[in-house]
Amino acid sequence: MKILVEATQLASMRGEQILFTNLDISVGGGEIVLLRGRNGSGKTTLLRQLAGLSQPQAGRLQRFGAQHWIGHNHGLKAHETPRLHLQHWANVWGCSCDIDAILQRLNLQRPADVPSRLLSAGQKRRTAIARLLIEDRPVWLLDEPFNALDTQGRDLLHNLIATHVSAGGAVIAALHGETAMSATREISL
Amino acid sequence: MRPAPIYHAFRQALVEAWAGGAGLLLPVGFFGGTAILVPFSLGDSSALLATAGPGVLWLALALSSLVTLERVFQADLQDGALDLWVQEDHLISLIAAVKILAHFLVSGLPLVLLTPLVGMMFQIPAETTVTAMAVYGLGGVSFFLWGGVAAALSASVARAGLLIAVIALPFYLPTMIFGSLAIQENGAGTSDLFLLASTLFALGVAPPFMGAALRLAAD
Repeated sequence: MKILVEATQLASMRGEQILFTNLDISVGGGEIVLLRGRNGSGKTTLLRQLAGLSQPQAGRLQRFGAQHWIGHNHGLKAHETPRLHLQHWANVWGCSCDIDAILQRLNLQRPADVPSRLLSAGQKRRTAIARLLIEDRPVWLLDEPFNALDTQGRDLLHNLIATHVSAGGAVIAALHGETAMSATREISL
Repeated sequence: MRPAPIYHAFRQALVEAWAGGAGLLLPVGFFGGTAILVPFSLGDSSALLATAGPGVLWLALALSSLVTLERVFQADLQDGALDLWVQEDHLISLIAAVKILAHFLVSGLPLVLLTPLVGMMFQIPAETTVTAMAVYGLGGVSFFLWGGVAAALSASVARAGLLIAVIALPFYLPTMIFGSLAIQENGAGTSDLFLLASTLFALGVAPPFMGAALRLAAD
């Protein structure tokens, strides 16, 4: 199994509070790792560190292979439509993929040309998830990815994750509460 | 390094600045407002107006750059686009620079092009107008770049307008001074070269500053 993310002795603080210390994580291809914990326990912080967006206060972090990041905010500009957003990132990443097919897979054909300020939370979330399909990247970092999704959207995401993992990819997701999801491993913070 | 991300960041910023609406009209209104009000406040002596005019417009350009820049990076931070850009390794300073240039094109350049029209309010002579436009175009880039550094530093602050002004204004001074002198000298001195130098300095130094500030803002 190929190691994709490896962290040793990771520690993090937010303000005066220590969120976690001596955390060792190693995630390889084909694994789904869930981060569980109450609100404010540091799930998002840890995920942002694994994504290289923030620096841990201590410890060593190594990332092998490209990553997709989906956070609380979806990265959509107010004027952007789902189609423009996906086209924009496909251009930036230099992928010539079929945007229409991706929109269809996420059931976004109807709002495809609506500016994002008029989209529902679920439609924005689906647009962000659609980014995962633009470029094939081995590591998916998902921060509470099921938020705002309807039942059909949840099933869709479960399927995408299953396909990704069976193709040798890795998924690290922060989940709150009892959201059900099959996983290789769970880390409690 | 592929040029595609830079180009598409520039395009996105252009569309965003344009779609903002106020982004274009606000500084133009600011500039136009100054041009209309100042002649009334200074009186009708045409000699005084022609002397003060280029300097007043120069000041209006500097201040109007501050008005537009507040939202440039704040929006990126709030909608999560900054996270996606930070993930693109090592590009963030260049991305920030082209975003600022896009904003200069949308809300700075119209002011430069408006100068002949606005200059009539001040009875600025034609040959000074040409020099003034060159100075405004060159100096405007430098104003927007330093303003961009301040905007990046204060991206996570709620009402950043004041903070941006406090951080950016000291950096505006060299450009301000050389620009005013260049207009007065009207091609007879070396101040235009110093203005060029200060703009080139801003082009070289401001982008890494912006990149570092944005990485901190995302953290």
